[in-house]
Amino acid sequence: MATRVLDQQRVHAPAAHGEKTGVLSWLTTVDHKRIGILYGATAFFFFLMGGVEALLLRIQLGAPNNTFLSAERYNELFTMHGTTMIFLAIMPLSAMFFNYMIPLLIGARDVAFPRLNAFSYWVFLLGGLFLNVSWLFGAAPDQGWFGYANLTSKQFSPGPNVDFWMLGLQILGIASLAAAVNFFVTVINLRAPGMNLMRMPMFVWMSFITQVLLLLAFPVITVALILLMFDRFFGTHFFVPSGGGDPILWQHLFWIFGHPEVYILILPAFGIISEVLPVFSRKPLFGYAAMVFSGVFIAFLGFGVWSHHMFSTGMGPIADTFFALTTMLIAVPTGVKIFNWIGTMWGGSLQFRTPMYFAVGFIAMFIIGGLSGVMHASPPADLQQTDTYFVVAHFHYVLFGGSIFGLTAGAYYWWPKMFGRMLDERLGKLHFWLMLIGFNLTFFPMHFVGLNGMPRRVYTYPEGLGFETLNQIETAGSFVLGLAFVVFLYNIFQSWRKPANAPADPWNGATLEWSIPSPPQEFNFPEIPVVHGRDAHWEAKRGRTTPLPEPARVSGAGIHLPNPSYWPLITAIGLTAVFTALMVLGHTGSHVWAVVAAVLLLFFGVFRWAFEPAG
Amino acid sequence: MTAVAHDVPHGLEHATSTGLDSRKLAIWTFIGSECMFFASLISNYLVHKGRSLVGPFPHEPWTSPSGEHFKPILEIPLVTLGTALLLFSSLFVVLALSGAQRGSRKALVGWLAATIACGIFFVGMQVYEFTHFVREGLKLSTNLFGASFYTLTGFHGTHVTIGVIWLITLWILALRGKIPPSKSLNLEMAALYWHFVDVVWIIIFPVVYLIK
Amino acid sequence: MLFRTVAPRSLRSASALGLLAVVLVACSPEHYPQTTLLPRGDFAQIADHLLDTTVKWALLVFVLVEGVLVYSIFRFRGKPGDPEPQQTHGNTTVEIIWTVIPALILAAIAVPTVKAIFQTSSSPGKGSLLVEVVGHQWWWEFRYPEFNLTTANELHVPVGRTVSLRMGSGDVIHSFWVPQFAAKRDVFANRETRLWFKAEVTGEYPGQCAEFCGVQHGRMAYRIRAQTPEEFSAWVAHMQSLKAQPASTARGDSGVKTASQGATVQQSNQGAAPSQGAAPSQGADYATGEKLFTAKGCVACHALYAVNAPKGMVGPNLANVGARSYIAAGTLKNTDENLSHWIRDPQGVKKGVLMPNLGLTATEAQALVAFLRAHK
Repeated sequence: MATRVLDQQRVHAPAAHGEKTGVLSWLTTVDHKRIGILYGATAFFFFLMGGVEALLLRIQLGAPNNTFLSAERYNELFTMHGTTMIFLAIMPLSAMFFNYMIPLLIGARDVAFPRLNAFSYWVFLLGGLFLNVSWLFGAAPDQGWFGYANLTSKQFSPGPNVDFWMLGLQILGIASLAAAVNFFVTVINLRAPGMNLMRMPMFVWMSFITQVLLLLAFPVITVALILLMFDRFFGTHFFVPSGGGDPILWQHLFWIFGHPEVYILILPAFGIISEVLPVFSRKPLFGYAAMVFSGVFIAFLGFGVWSHHMFSTGMGPIADTFFALTTMLIAVPTGVKIFNWIGTMWGGSLQFRTPMYFAVGFIAMFIIGGLSGVMHASPPADLQQTDTYFVVAHFHYVLFGGSIFGLTAGAYYWWPKMFGRMLDERLGKLHFWLMLIGFNLTFFPMHFVGLNGMPRRVYTYPEGLGFETLNQIETAGSFVLGLAFVVFLYNIFQSWRKPANAPADPWNGATLEWSIPSPPQEFNFPEIPVVHGRDAHWEAKRGRTTPLPEPARVSGAGIHLPNPSYWPLITAIGLTAVFTALMVLGHTGSHVWAVVAAVLLLFFGVFRWAFEPAG
Repeated sequence: MTAVAHDVPHGLEHATSTGLDSRKLAIWTFIGSECMFFASLISNYLVHKGRSLVGPFPHEPWTSPSGEHFKPILEIPLVTLGTALLLFSSLFVVLALSGAQRGSRKALVGWLAATIACGIFFVGMQVYEFTHFVREGLKLSTNLFGASFYTLTGFHGTHVTIGVIWLITLWILALRGKIPPSKSLNLEMAALYWHFVDVVWIIIFPVVYLIK
Repeated sequence: MLFRTVAPRSLRSASALGLLAVVLVACSPEHYPQTTLLPRGDFAQIADHLLDTTVKWALLVFVLVEGVLVYSIFRFRGKPGDPEPQQTHGNTTVEIIWTVIPALILAAIAVPTVKAIFQTSSSPGKGSLLVEVVGHQWWWEFRYPEFNLTTANELHVPVGRTVSLRMGSGDVIHSFWVPQFAAKRDVFANRETRLWFKAEVTGEYPGQCAEFCGVQHGRMAYRIRAQTPEEFSAWVAHMQSLKAQPASTARGDSGVKTASQGATVQQSNQGAAPSQGAAPSQGADYATGEKLFTAKGCVACHALYAVNAPKGMVGPNLANVGARSYIAAGTLKNTDENLSHWIRDPQGVKKGVLMPNLGLTATEAQALVAFLRAHK
């Protein structure tokens, strides 16, 4: 159908209005769309890195007693794979969509604080580099992504590995918090006239809930990481038994953050799916209010289930019962979401374009992840499953089958809007099938190998435990999965070489972003739209016999836009310098001057920023 | 994080959806997040309360294995004075804000100076307290009380210090007449932050100093 | 058709058959000695029943929901020129139904779950055999207070008698996992955790640490041997007969294999060596090995006697090392060759362990192997 639209509506080159190019313009940009693209490109790069790390892990596990990787290298790789995928891939890929799409979806010209937005990105980038620089020192984090104390104590991890992780996550946390404040305010305050809360697109709703989770969960990990830093650098004993500390405290602090974090990773994907399904079913989202409230309920319960990660610590029957029941309860709103998605498709006129493939794949895979989640909500059963490959299977069905399928659906769906180019449908579908098959080959056998006794995080396994065959299948599957993303990269590459060909509204979209040219002009909307209901763009098209004319690129003269600024970047560098100096201080016990200098640089950036006219 | 407050919101060609200034909303959001930060630190203090393996202790005397005698280490009268001044400073900053909104530069500059003085006294008190404790034999790494006490009050003190720097910046601007009533929001945000830091201390003070 | 875009029909059925084969292999837990799916003890059975219950419900939900999804994919596929479908926004009745039904299913899982939580948290009862488990980087220490015995990396338990584990750690968090008889429980340096089980079937099974605990987490395995009460008593008596100074103690003659021949898994598995104790035919190697054990400092970390061994020694107790099926916590089979390799190059075999490379010559290693092999 889109091809037909393409034939009718002639392609146009992006207008030259106010568009600046060159490296400098990217370093100083405060345009939410450019920042979104920066987020996406960086996160996708880290995603590929995390993927390569995973492939190396899979090669090592392809045979028993394998020596392809040493134990140390394996431990570094699985730690960095998890840390990278969570903090450097899925979260910032979601942030790409927050950045690019939220202002467009709510009819705004930008986010509430454009410079703060740029700051978030630069801090994220520098935090990601900080973490990965550890490879160059041969000391990548090697204690697992949830870094259980007291293995992380100076006594048992004397090297700088844990420090890179601990300080790197701290930097990334600041990026997330700054972004969360920004998007929280943006959604509350910059909605177009008429767009009340219950008219917001579901992606905006789910993103909004995600910001609340970020705001409330990240301070907890911040404190946990501070305490760990004090233990490692300044000789305290918060988590060190010999000094009266308790390693279990780390687990509580970590998972009070860590479980909401799971929803931080999945809710944006829920939102994307809730945008894609209605458009390709040609039918509004089923049960809008139920979708909103189930999202709120999931987030709320998300703070009351953390100890289900800790059943094996022996918390006693009362705590086990409480956390088992709250965990099971979460399955109810999650089920409501899945049923509503299917309800959206039911009775629709399904258009199987690439985004729809990934959206349906998401539902199919997420159901499996959800069901295995209910299985280890039962503590006695979980005592057999926890820390085995069964759990690895479960969270990959949720995070890959869920988040990554959802984010990929979003990428295909919004690609034309972001870049003004259509991705190839055949390649897109090939990508989908390779991904679906590779994903299931890789992760489905893990359920069985886990229940049959293979613990996670082992760098090798002996012969005779029966793990060989299934591990070989998993390893083969992981390469199919890798191939899927090669196809995706090729798809991007080929679309780059073609002229910009995407119309404003290739999918018959329901929301405001489809009412403006692809890619949008710097100011997004020549006039701020007035909204009269949900699915505003469908409303605008309703009752018309002919398609809406292609929106024209117009001069933005007179539209007030924020000025570009260096100070977010400088401030981000100052912030990273503070943590780098702390690293030096922690390892040498001297060079306090470095910390002072870095703090001064940070303050300098903040002050110049504060006194710079925003334009 | 002061950056949040100083960033000028964009897209204000139309009124905001709530009618509130985005900067004010941002500082409230930030404060909400900070609540979790201090809740975690206070919980950390409570979790470790009474679990130090060696002294000195906050409320009990202690004799070390080598026979050295330690008094209960907390100096409650001095801190009570600091607490009182910090509480008063919240009133002062309200008066300063009122001055700014009315356009009374005298009230603005004067009350702001009083606020800052209280803040500086509080920070000074804490610096004195910390050095005193270290001389008495309580360092960050001495025991769990030292670790959780310095962490909790230290991070609060850092917040007060940032608040003082922020207020001094505004005071200099006020002296130069750069905070007219139309820009009183700049002070209002700092005042909100200041109140928050104050409220946190109202929780920390009894938890650390009064509950035995 | 959705599925037709990629694979022709024949390929699809072939891959379906392949998948079925994989599932069949995967579903037969007999191939997996460490499986949780063939419970051989009461605790593991409770966990397994609960898993069965949830799997049944999960399969039902899976088939129904995925079925409806697949049905929708085919049934509501749009064709070009189709009119706009009916614009429904929701249906309160349906939404209430699909909120309530999952809640009921979860209740059906929650009831047996809570019951099982309290069952598994109950105390093991009187007359149980107390075993203290201490996790170390990267091996397991087992102590039997009732018999005043200490051993390492091989846990012997009698069938039919509840075993009560009281567990701790000498360093970081580990997780003690007995998949066949119980489940897993983390161990900590600063608190005691407990687990109990009653083995119902004899046999030797592998188990391993399940909480990431550092470089060699992957090599922190142990064996569990469930024995008949008689075999177990015999084993206890044998262990108690092992003295602190095995070399100076005459332990009767025997026809047991000499050290150099090596004990195979099979032989050591014959349960309960004779209670008189087995004496090696002590050759020159043995005597040299005995001297080296002290001279090279092995003695500083390893005890050679099971009775009254001090708690929490740095290295595993070696009183019956010659009889164990594996060395270095499941890293290598206990052959002379492997043992020699291990003591000559521990950092090469298992980098990061506390045992240093001592620079042993081949002859020295041979002597030490002979000496250690005699400790059965």
